[in-house]
Formats: sequence, structure tokens, C-alpha cells
Amino acid sequence: MGEVIYPVTEPGEGSAGKTGNWRWQKPIIIIDKCVKCGLCWVYCPEPAIYLDKMGYPHVNYEWCKGCGICAHECPSKAIDMVSEYE
Amino acid sequence: MSRTKLVLTGNYASAYAVLHSRAEVVPAYPITPQTTIVEKIDEFIETGMLDATMVRVESEHSAMAVAIGASAVGVRTYTATSSHGLLYMYENLWWAANARLPIVATFVTRTLGPPWNIWSDHQDFMTLRDSGWILFMVKDAQEAYDLTIQAFKIAENPDVRLPVGIAYDAFVISHTAEPVELLTQEEADKFLPSPKAIQPLLDVDKPYSIGNLPKADYHYILRKNLWENILDAKNVIREVGKEYGELSGRDYSSLVEEYECEDADTVFISMGAMAGEGMDAVDKLRDKGYKVGHLTIRTYRPFPDHEIKTIAENAKRLIVFSRALSNGKGGILYDDVASTLYREGLRMETYDIIAGLAGTEVSEEDFMKIYHDVRSGKLDTGKSIFIRRGEYV
Ligand code: SF4
Ligand code: SF4
Repeated sequence: MGEVIYPVTEPGEGSAGKTGNWRWQKPIIIIDKCVKCGLCWVYCPEPAIYLDKMGYPHVNYEWCKGCGICAHECPSKAIDMVSEYE
Repeated sequence: MSRTKLVLTGNYASAYAVLHSRAEVVPAYPITPQTTIVEKIDEFIETGMLDATMVRVESEHSAMAVAIGASAVGVRTYTATSSHGLLYMYENLWWAANARLPIVATFVTRTLGPPWNIWSDHQDFMTLRDSGWILFMVKDAQEAYDLTIQAFKIAENPDVRLPVGIAYDAFVISHTAEPVELLTQEEADKFLPSPKAIQPLLDVDKPYSIGNLPKADYHYILRKNLWENILDAKNVIREVGKEYGELSGRDYSSLVEEYECEDADTVFISMGAMAGEGMDAVDKLRDKGYKVGHLTIRTYRPFPDHEIKTIAENAKRLIVFSRALSNGKGGILYDDVASTLYREGLRMETYDIIAGLAGTEVSEEDFMKIYHDVRSGKLDTGKSIFIRRGEYV
């Protein structure tokens, strides 16, 4: 009997390689304003946001595509999107 | 506890099978003639007989989406639909198969509109033919009960891991009550171990995603893998059917049901409720000395090629009754059978009979009339022949 192969993937580098270089703007998290709600972590489609032991979010810029969803969702306006070209 | 025998409709028989299978999540959207299945399951839940969650969704598309989510975390999941509901669910039905999720569903066959029609034909069910679902069609309430329990065991087999559908005709089976012998809960539990044993696909401690964009070559491998697994599932179906037979006294170790086929020169092939009429016709024709048999296709996908080949080798002609039509081609079951014969290198007289479309009744007289007209050379082999209540149309 043949083994079943599932269409599942573990987190890791995708076939498109590291996606950080797609970015034209980057999210900067202002920790002082952050209330640790974790919404940016939930919404990041990559996911390129991880939470540290204290519950604060950090961006992994190797994968962050700069879509701005985290900044849009943040209820405390604690994420600024800054151009990569300025 | 001893076994009970209840007078149940096909739909209630399905609901009792779900109860005894201890399904845990049942997302459902009502549609005639399926509705009384999930109503009954809801009653089991509300009265504390079944520890499950009924998810009332806004559409059939969502019903299957919920089923996909539940099954992907390893929960035993069941739903049911019919006709336009099945078509509305369609995208996610394919998703469930390709994601290899062991969902079990009942499809009560009902004609597709327009015009509006609630009676049975098999056109809705046939849209699942190529989807990767393992598909059964049963001919009475007892089979609906027995095969629904087996369906979970087949679907959850680690070498299969495919959704399984059990289909039967609207009203003739879904709403007609007949005696059904039920397993005791203890027997069912022993036959079908706890769904907790299923390896979850989605697990927060070991994150995965399902269905990410793959390279084409890898996707090809997945497609080929499903193909191999569904063919190998034939043996799983036979083994599960044999085990169920030893438990219940009702044997399901074959993908088909043969009736008087052994010495038959002419064999009717049909599926679903009309198989009963076909077998009654065989009795009447046998009384007059004609060597006729009937083959009921119970497992429709994977297709019982081997069983058909064995019957065909000993017969002179096959008369195939299709209750669904490939518009612009022919009877769908006929084309399945004909292609099996061709692949096996067998050439013989075959007849493509289109009967029971749009819920018209198919009677034993129809089978007998076709038999006599075939034997007297009135009907052409290989040509689609439409019969409606005894008249060629
Ligand atoms: S910008 Fe987009 S990709 Fe980058 S961290 Fe925010 S949500 Fe994630
Ligand atoms: S969404 Fe904003 S407030 Fe919430 S964790 Fe992220 S940065 Fe902090």
C-alpha cells in the first residue's frame, strides 16, 4: 500500500526564497506605544512577526514583505511604515 | 445490551449510524430531501445522546468549509446534502479530497433544476465522480446505516485518508421506513475506535499549513498519490466490509452485489433504489427460464473494474441502467462499464438504458420489457435508449 502524502508544508523558506527584498516600506514597531495585544502577530500573512518572552512583537525583516497589514491592524498605532528609499 | 431493530427511514438510519459512530462535529445546512438526517442528529445532540457540536451555517459551501476545518484538526466530522446544495458545496468537496480529510457525508440524490424538482435522479451525485471522494450508493436503509459506520473506518484508515460519501435516492430510500437492525453502541465502539486516535494535521504545537503553493512537479506527485491511494482503497473497503460482516452478519466484502449472475447470459447493471426492481425482474424472468442476473454497483468510486470483468467474462450481454446522463455523450454508468470492458479487452453486446431521470419511477416491468426487446433485436447495442414509465421516448 502506498503511503499517503499530505499537501502540508512546515514553516520555512518558500519556493520564492526570502521575501524581505520585495519590500519598499518597512514596519517599525514603537515599543513604548505597544500594548502587547498580539494583533500584528495574528494578522501578519507571512508570518514575519514573532513575540518575545515578554509578549512584545518583533519583525523578521528577512521575510517581511512590507504589506503594512500589521500597521493597519495595530489598535495603538504602534507601528509606523517607513519607506525603504528615504 | 442486545441489538435493537427499529423501523427507520433511510435518513434516520443514517442519523443513527452517525450517532453510533460518535461524530463530534456536524456542520449542516438544510435541503430537501436531506434535512431529516441532520434534524435527527440535532435531536440526538439536544437530548444528550450524542456528544457533538452542530454548527448551523449559512450555506452548504460553509458547511463543507467547517467540516474541512474540523477534520483538519482530527475531529470526526459528518455532514449531508442534496442536489443544488451539493453543487453549492462543490468547490470545498474537491478541497476536502485533495487535502486528504476523512470527512463522511451523505448525499441524498435529487434532480437538478430548473425546473424545480425534489425527486431523485443521480445527476448531482455523478458530479463527484472524479473528485477523489470514495463514493458508495446504497439501495436500502439498512445499507445506509451499515455503510455510514464503515465509511468512517475506511476514510480514517492511514493508507486511505480520503472523504467518503454515501448516496441514496430521494424519498424512495430517504423517506421510506423499513426495519433496520442497529449495532449496540459497544459493538460500534469496538468496530470504530475513538476518533481521538486520528493523527491531527493541524496542531498549534507543530504548525503546518495545508495547501500552500507548490511547484507543479510536486503537485503532480500529490495527484498521482491520491490516484494510487483511492485504487488501493478497494482492498480496505473489502477488509472493512468483511470485518463488519463478521460483526453484524451482513457481509460487505465485495464492492458490488451479485444477484443470480453465476450462470447468467444477460446481466442487468444498475445502482441505487432501482436495483431492487432489477432483482425483482430477474426473479420473474428466471421463473420463465431466462438466464438473467443483476449486478448492483455499491462502490462507485473506486470503480469495481475487476468485479465487472469477472461478470462480463461469463455473460453474453450487459444491460446498463443509468439514472444520470452525460449530456452530449451518454449514460454515465454505461460509459463507466463500457470503458472497463474495453480496457480489459472484452468485446460484447452492451446496452445503454437511460431510466428514472427527473424522478420518474423505474419498475420491474421496465427491466423486463428492456430484456425482451434486447432479446428480440429491437434495441441497438451501444446506442443511448431512453425509457420513461415503460415507453421509449
Ligand atoms: S508589513 Fe506585512 S509582512 Fe511585514 S510584518 Fe507587517 S504584516 Fe508582516
Ligand atoms: S498590534 Fe500594535 S499594540 Fe498590538 S502587539 Fe502589535 S504593535 Fe503591539
